[in-house]
Amino acid sequence: MTIRLGVPSKGRLMEKTCDWFAGRGVTLSRSGSDREYAGAVEGIGGVSLVLLSAGEIPRELATGRIHFGVTGTDLVHEKLPRWEQQVEPVAELGFGFADLVLAVPRAWIDVETVDDLDAVAAAFRQTHGMRLRIATKYHRLVREYLRQSGVADYALVDSQGATEGTVANETAEAIADITSSGETLRANHLKVLSDGPVLRSQATLWRSRTAQTDDDDRAVVAEFLDRLAV
Amino acid sequence: MTDRAQTLARAAGLRAVFEAAGAVGVETPVLQPAHTLLDLYGEEIRARAYVTSDALRGEQMLRPDFTVPVVQMHMAHGAEPARYTYSGEVFRRQEHDPDRANEFIQVGFEVFDRTDPAAADAEVFALIAGALSPLRLRAATGDIGVLMAAVEGLKTTAPRKAALMRHIWRPRRFRALLDRFSGRTAMSRTREALLAGDLPGAEAPLSGRRSAAEITARIETLREDAATAPLSTEEVRLLDALLGVRETMPYALEQLRDLSVDLPQIAPAVARIAARAGALEARGIDVQSLPFETNFGRTSMEYYDGFVFGFFSPDRADLPAVATGGRYDALTRRLGQGREIPAVGGVLRPGLMLELEAAQ
Repeated sequence: MTIRLGVPSKGRLMEKTCDWFAGRGVTLSRSGSDREYAGAVEGIGGVSLVLLSAGEIPRELATGRIHFGVTGTDLVHEKLPRWEQQVEPVAELGFGFADLVLAVPRAWIDVETVDDLDAVAAAFRQTHGMRLRIATKYHRLVREYLRQSGVADYALVDSQGATEGTVANETAEAIADITSSGETLRANHLKVLSDGPVLRSQATLWRSRTAQTDDDDRAVVAEFLDRLAV
Repeated sequence: MTDRAQTLARAAGLRAVFEAAGAVGVETPVLQPAHTLLDLYGEEIRARAYVTSDALRGEQMLRPDFTVPVVQMHMAHGAEPARYTYSGEVFRRQEHDPDRANEFIQVGFEVFDRTDPAAADAEVFALIAGALSPLRLRAATGDIGVLMAAVEGLKTTAPRKAALMRHIWRPRRFRALLDRFSGRTAMSRTREALLAGDLPGAEAPLSGRRSAAEITARIETLREDAATAPLSTEEVRLLDALLGVRETMPYALEQLRDLSVDLPQIAPAVARIAARAGALEARGIDVQSLPFETNFGRTSMEYYDGFVFGFFSPDRADLPAVATGGRYDALTRRLGQGREIPAVGGVLRPGLMLELEAAQ
C-alpha cells in the first residue's frame, strides 16, 4: 500500500501546487509524457501521485480513493454535503484565491446588499410574472446562502461557463460566480453585493477521513505531514 | 429498523381510521409538475425535492407531499364539504443529514369544509391525537393567523406591511425588516447618498430585463419609505410580546387577550383560537395542558396560515415530527385561481410510529 496524493492535472493550479511541495523538499513530477495522468513523488517514500481535474478531487477524497488532495475550498463545499465529516483541511496553500460572490448590473444603483436583492426580487416577480433569475454553477452553496439570508422569489439558472455574460444575454438578472480580481465582472458592467462573499476560497491541502490506512501507511502519513511542516 | 410491509400495514390501519371518520380514500401521481411546486415554494423546494425531467413534460418532481395534489384534485372536481385520506411514499432530498429518510410513507387526512372552521380544526387534531395516543408524544400548537393579523393592523404603510407579510415564514428576515422599519438599523451612507440624488453607477450601461423605470420606481419607494415615520417602540414591543407567547392554552389565551387590548387587530384571531380551544375540549382533548406557542410552525415551508400543530417524541429529539398539520386557506386560494375553500389537514408517519413503539 502507498499513500495516494491527488493534485490538479493542469494549469496554474498544478504549477503552484508543485512549487508549494517543492518548497518543502517534495518533488512532484509526471512519470512519462506530458499527457500521462500519473506521476511520481520524490523526496519521500511510500507516496504516489494521482493527477486529476480539480473538480474531481473532492469526490475522490470523499470515497477514500486518495488519502490527500489539493483543491479549492469552493469545490469541496459545493460538491460534498457535510464535507467536515468526509475531509479535513490540512493546510491552506496561499494561492488560488477566489471568492464566490453575488453580482448584479452596476446600473442597479438601488441595490447594494442582499436585503435589496430580496426587495427587488419581490418587485420583479410582480412586474414580470417570473422569479428573478440568478445564473450560477454553484447551486448548493448559493441556495443555502440565500435561504439563510431569507431571500425569496428568485430562481437559479444553470450556467457552466461565461456566467458574466448571462445578464447581457437576458438569460439571467444576476449572477453568482467565482472571482479573483473582479475584472471580468467590471468588464461586464456588474458589481458585487456589499455583504461579503458567499464563500472565500483558496487552494487547500485536504486529508480524506474515509481512506483506508494500515500501520505502515500511518507511519508514511506522519512523515509526510512532518515533511510538509503542517 | 422497521420493515416496509409493517409500515404499509400500519398505514392501511390509519387510513381505515380516517375512512371510518368519513374520509374518502384518494390517490395522487408520484410525479408532480415542478412548476406548480416552484411557484408555491420557490427555489428552496429544489433543496428538498428530487427533480427529474423529460423532453416532453419538462421538469417533474417526485412528490414531496400530498397536500398540493390533493388540493388541486379537490379544486378541479370535488364537491363540498369533503374529507379525504391518502397514504403513500413521499420523497425528500437530504443534503445535510444522512440519518434523515429520503423516502418514507405518509398517511394524511384533509377536511374541506367552510361551515365551522374551529370544529374542523378540532376534528383533524383530535383524530390524529387519538391515533397517536399510545405513544405519549408531546403536542405543539400555534396559530400563524394571529401573527398575520398583528402585521396587517400595524400603524404603518402598505408596502412595509406587505414586506413583513411576505417574510412571516422566514423569522430572520422578518426580524431584520422589523429592525429596519423601527429605525433600529441605521441607513448606510451609500443609501443616504442615493436618496440625496448622488447616483454612482447610473452612467453604467443597463443590460438585462430589469428596466430603468423599475429602478426609478424602487428609488421612489425607498425615498417614500425613508420619509415614513418609524414603527413605534410600543408597537414593536407588543409584537415581540406576541411572538414570545408560549404557555399552556388557558394561560396563552389570557396573555393573547391582554395583548389584544393594545393590539385590537388580533382580537378576531384570538377569538378563533378560543373557539378552537372550546371545540378541542368538546372532542375530549385536555386543553388545560395543551401547549400553545405563537412562533410554532413559522420555519416550516408549508403554506399554513391559521392553526398549526405537531407531535414529537419527548425522548427522541433527533427524530422529525411524527405528525404535523394545519390550516391552509391561502394555499387553496393560490391553487384555485380565484376560488377558495377553507381547508385543514395533517399527516402522520407510520414508520416513525413503529420505530417508537418498538423502543417502548
